[in-house]
Amino acid sequence: MDFLVLNTNDIKVLNSDEFIKEISKNIEKGFRVISYFGLSKGEGKTHLFISFLSTDKKIIVFSTIADKMPSLALKYPLLHIFEREIMESTGFVFENHPCPNPVRYSKEESAAVGRFFQVKGEEIHEVAVGPVHAGVIEPGHFRFQCFGENVFNLQIELGFQHRGIEKALINGPDKKTLHFMETAAGDTTIGHSWTYHKIIEALSDKKISDKALIIRGISLELERMANHIGDLGALSGDVAYLPTASYCGRIRGDVLNTTALICGNRFGRGLISYSGVNFEIDDIKNQLIDRIENIFNDADNAVSLLWKKRSVMDRFENTGIVAKKEALDLGLVGPAARASGVKYDLRSFFKLKPYENYEDDLEKLNLRGDVFSRAYVRWNEVKKSYNLIKNWLKNIDNGEVKTKEEISQLKPNSFAIALTEGWRGEITHTCLTDDRGKFLIYKIKDPSFNNWHGLSIALRRGQISDFPLCNKSFNLSYCGNDL
Amino acid sequence: MIDEILARLKQKHRTVPFPFKNIKLSDRYNGFPEIKNPPSPKIEDVIKICPVDALINHDGKLKLDMGLCIFCGKCSKKFPEYIKFTKDYSLSVSKREDLIISEDFHKKSVILREEIYKLFGRSLKLRQVSAGGCNACEADCNVLSTPFFDMARFGISFVASPRHADGILITGPVTKNMHLALRKTYDAVSEPKIVIAVGACAISGGIYRGLEQIKGIDSDIKIDLFIPGCPPHPMTILDGLLRFIGKIKK
Repeated sequence: MDFLVLNTNDIKVLNSDEFIKEISKNIEKGFRVISYFGLSKGEGKTHLFISFLSTDKKIIVFSTIADKMPSLALKYPLLHIFEREIMESTGFVFENHPCPNPVRYSKEESAAVGRFFQVKGEEIHEVAVGPVHAGVIEPGHFRFQCFGENVFNLQIELGFQHRGIEKALINGPDKKTLHFMETAAGDTTIGHSWTYHKIIEALSDKKISDKALIIRGISLELERMANHIGDLGALSGDVAYLPTASYCGRIRGDVLNTTALICGNRFGRGLISYSGVNFEIDDIKNQLIDRIENIFNDADNAVSLLWKKRSVMDRFENTGIVAKKEALDLGLVGPAARASGVKYDLRSFFKLKPYENYEDDLEKLNLRGDVFSRAYVRWNEVKKSYNLIKNWLKNIDNGEVKTKEEISQLKPNSFAIALTEGWRGEITHTCLTDDRGKFLIYKIKDPSFNNWHGLSIALRRGQISDFPLCNKSFNLSYCGNDL
Repeated sequence: MIDEILARLKQKHRTVPFPFKNIKLSDRYNGFPEIKNPPSPKIEDVIKICPVDALINHDGKLKLDMGLCIFCGKCSKKFPEYIKFTKDYSLSVSKREDLIISEDFHKKSVILREEIYKLFGRSLKLRQVSAGGCNACEADCNVLSTPFFDMARFGISFVASPRHADGILITGPVTKNMHLALRKTYDAVSEPKIVIAVGACAISGGIYRGLEQIKGIDSDIKIDLFIPGCPPHPMTILDGLLRFIGKIKK
């Protein structure tokens, strides 16, 4: 299953040597780190919980209580961001961490001053961009170390969007909790609210009707289509090919309006609710089918221009390459990882309802981790989402979309984890409940949290002028990372 | 080249004829709320339901603060007899207090100022600053530049630098970490300048009001236009901007 609930007392507490050994063993086996966080225990001690997703679809959880530990970030770079987050939020020390920068700067008034890796030399120059960027986009700071036109290193410093969501979630769920989830990353409203509902439904043994699952699926795939189509347009704009840029901008709006047809809000706010969904689609089924058909035809026409245009392909191909090994080492997720040939998609991995027939077809696409691959993977996913939605709408049966209004009491003293394949990739929510069944801690891991470092690596052999293109091909969330 | 021309024919002309013709939004859209005052003992039950405390009991009178409201519709679902969300997407106002509505309140709109009309009536360049926004308000601002809304035909556009701008458009609740950057951006815009707050977060903090990491827009930065919503529909933003510069007068 894509969720797991355990009694907190049943989670193995290892000593730190065993803990490190166990982590190494699991990573070497090719298991994925899906969640890693710390809970302060007082007296300088921290309880660390790490969760793996095994290749045979099991979620493995174990823990340790300690105050410090050698860092594993150099050996396993995918852990580096988790370790940084734990150091920042709990005061735990990972000794010899290669880059112990804060993730969210939550303890200081102002961000990103003087914590930069620098290359020294006469012909080196440094370029700083942000936090306020040229476009209508969220804030982040980018620092390039350049030798002539070539980028030696790009350092990405975030935290500007830090709103303190995880802190505000403690003692929940309450009437605000859902709205924090829906705005954790506003463009992934469905992804995060579905994951949150998996958690609370698992913690209260609530089953969801097939029909409600399909409506959730439709909205998640609409979210994916909207963002992928929008980004394909933006990529096109970044290489100054305007036809696709302008058509996709509008088509993205058509997809958002289809979500609004279901729930009134273009981003799917309020669509998913406890025990199901808030909206019935029987009366708009035919309208939905028509719209999705038109959207796909328009998008197919607009996007196929890209692959035929040599000037576009010249910029897309071999720009911002992330090799498969790098993608695995860094633990990249979602389309960014798939473009590098990492076959990891939670929909085809678990094949849970409503995705029981979903198959990957990455082998067919001839991918090599460049901007083209990331764009092409995303177009391929638009096609697959369209087919999913079309089939669901054809086969959707009658039934309840929701069975209960109020959230039931959650299981006390429990550990819960849930996963969803959002449009950017693997979303993980993890929580611990106290003896009243309230959240003792609630951790949100947006796929951007794994992937930001991938963008930095993509730029390493490139030029600054490749940056907008690489950035859009990933299109990561700032607020999803900063929370 | 022939592919582009064929595509152009297929994609057609889709720009919305607004403001000459109104457009219809989703039947499930929550727009301007209408309020009927409940009997006093009932008010407390009604206001309790709001996740952001946008409903207020003001001496036995039910009021709704649109600057805080996230238009989730929970109140109207539970108490349809007292609160009803209409399909009216024209929500923007010039004064913060005009966002607080009640039963006997007459809907306020943007007041057209002579100096704004003279200076910016034909050209308004804005620098957008996201200060803790979740990327929904940002996305709905961004979409105004696409051919469907095509805000540029009214002389309004987003520019890359505050030095090129007539004002700033703020989204998000203004986090501690963005506070300084927002201030510097504001200072970099030359006078006379205007400030537009888009979305519940920018106007009041919205869902994030009162959290430790949230600072809000400094009180000395005067806001000239409030566009409520979570996020506001692009039509709400466009309508607000057009009223602000006098392109819509009714």
